[in-house]
Amino acid sequence: MASRKEGAGSTATSSSSSAGVVGKGKGKGGPGDSAVKQVQIDGLVVLKIIKHYQEEGQGTEVVQGVLLGLVVEDRLEITNCFPFPQHTEDDADFDEVQYQMEMMRSLRHVNIDHLHVGWYQSTYYGSFVTRALLDSQFSYQHAIEESVVLIYDPIKTAQGSLSLKAYRLTPKLMEVCKEKDFSPEALKKANITFEHMFEEVPIVIKNSHLINVLMWELEKKSAVADKHELLSLASSNHLGKNLQLLMDRVDEMSQDIVKYNTYMRNTSKQQQQKHQYQQRRQQENMQRQSRGEPPLPEEDLSKLFKPLQAPARMDSLLIAGQINTYCQNIKEFTAQNLGKLFMAQALQEYNN
Amino acid sequence: MATPAVPASSPPATPAPAPAAASAPAPAPTPAPAPGAATAQAAAPASPTDAAAAPAAPGQTAASAQAPAQTPAPSLPGPALPGPFPGGRVVRLHPVILASIVDSYERRNDGAARVIGTLLGTVDKHSVEVTNCFSVPHNESEDEVAVDMEFAKNMYELHKKVSPNELILGWYATGHDITEHSVLIHEYYSREAPNPIHLTVDTSLQNGRMSIKAYVSTLMGVPGRTMGVMFTPLTVKYAYYDTERIGVDLIMKTCFSPNRVIGLSSDLQQVGGAARIQDALSTVLQYAEDVLSGKVSADNTVGRFLMSLVNQVPKIVPDDFETMLNSNINDLLMVTYLANLTQSQIALNEKLVNL
Repeated sequence: MASRKEGAGSTATSSSSSAGVVGKGKGKGGPGDSAVKQVQIDGLVVLKIIKHYQEEGQGTEVVQGVLLGLVVEDRLEITNCFPFPQHTEDDADFDEVQYQMEMMRSLRHVNIDHLHVGWYQSTYYGSFVTRALLDSQFSYQHAIEESVVLIYDPIKTAQGSLSLKAYRLTPKLMEVCKEKDFSPEALKKANITFEHMFEEVPIVIKNSHLINVLMWELEKKSAVADKHELLSLASSNHLGKNLQLLMDRVDEMSQDIVKYNTYMRNTSKQQQQKHQYQQRRQQENMQRQSRGEPPLPEEDLSKLFKPLQAPARMDSLLIAGQINTYCQNIKEFTAQNLGKLFMAQALQEYNN
Repeated sequence: MATPAVPASSPPATPAPAPAAASAPAPAPTPAPAPGAATAQAAAPASPTDAAAAPAAPGQTAASAQAPAQTPAPSLPGPALPGPFPGGRVVRLHPVILASIVDSYERRNDGAARVIGTLLGTVDKHSVEVTNCFSVPHNESEDEVAVDMEFAKNMYELHKKVSPNELILGWYATGHDITEHSVLIHEYYSREAPNPIHLTVDTSLQNGRMSIKAYVSTLMGVPGRTMGVMFTPLTVKYAYYDTERIGVDLIMKTCFSPNRVIGLSSDLQQVGGAARIQDALSTVLQYAEDVLSGKVSADNTVGRFLMSLVNQVPKIVPDDFETMLNSNINDLLMVTYLANLTQSQIALNEKLVNL
């Protein structure tokens, strides 16, 4: 992921310098506002992302790719995308930056928008709030202000409804990441809660007229039997899996909390010890003075009592954010299922 | 990156040098090495003189400009021939290919009448599955065609890094006809892949439809003499992954909205609008009412379908169903409660930590 970050950075700068405007000065809102209010995706991009996951990403691996498009006022239009090869064993002879540059150069020849506006990633049951994602998105957003990360959930999609979400880092989080200071004090100062880490941007899908014609054609020609997975009632497996992941995260969270608590306790104990030591020193000094002996030198307290390492707060923030996402997914899921159950009930009632 | 160079040499010139020009390209197309694009020079339709040159150069391959490419019967205006075509392979297309083709057609250069590109995919015993494609820049005019083959090779290499299983299967072109230039381009592609397929997508919407056809080339003519090339049609089927079908269903909804924009709905709305059940139900209800009021004569087959539909609902003892329903609802409610509880817990934790 590290080389990809640099690649994104360098590609962004080169594309912005060579391709001109990357949305500078496009009616930015106030410092608290985000630069992108809506994401507009072409149908083609959706199909490509689906296909990429289907072919290359079975199992718990994530597939990633780059989004291309342009920025129009406060809307981010994504018009094309290309996939990124996965990190395989022979990583050494594969240059990601070069792959990206070549791909974009070639696409420019066929008049495809070659402006880098973000990236996409598939996710396994919604677990995407990781340090890696944060870092990548930060470097993207740092280079290109309007970039988003599209999270595609294939398992939820297979259950009947396309699950595609666009996220950005909030400006507050951007500030913190810029400082690279993740200590508790800094985070407290910035007043970041897990709910304010990522903001979701609404997505619309837009198609050109010709693509609409194509869709009509396909509908006429391909008599694929509808499977109606959305109406299936047998979804306890999915729910069970979600809950399992949630439980794991909660465990991690509680461990983290325990660590933090011990840290707090240790710090306060250390404070007490320091205090006691100081007092004892003062007393001794006074005694010595009364006896006429030279006072003991003031020792450096920090050497005696090593300051304790504050546990990284960023990880717990991430875990909290992840738990939040899981909970929201679960709630959405249960809402849908309740609806289905009531529909089934209505059918049965009529029968009786 | 070498873009197709407009050949500086003779072809549009007078018929006299034409035979010489016709024989000259024969060695040129074969290797397409590093020096930029290999250009195909279709000699001007000065067929009589070319025909004269034909016996002089019997080694020329079938694809040179002598025998113009023939499209088979479907050159008659009219609806597309129905499949399946006997003896032919089946071509299975994914919708992403067609969307990609249409998109590159929309982005074509000024003055270009059509776009071409490479098709990638996998070959099976009986069928060919096309899963990816990319467009290739090319220049086409009355007399000549230039295709940037190096670009095509580069792109293929890049694509192979992502999906190493995809092979070059053939090429596509927009437009509703097969022209002479197609023959030449097809010959290039036959060097890359054995027996390549050619796909046409009619973006000019002839006959009010966007017809999608696939062809494979076969030799035809009298054996021993100069052979021509004929494009025989193949059966085209559409293959979808499950998730693709769901994606296509969603994208199709833009057909119905005025500015072709739809948002991604969430939760309960999706269940309600699921599978267009409400529309289907209202159609059926309307039909039933019409029959009852005598407007439409009753059709027995429809009646039987309706009866089987109503009987689909499984007959369960009401008490059992109650218990089942209640336990399911309880599970879901409990999970919702737990999720809410967890969320408030972590919010609380956040507040405590920040004290």
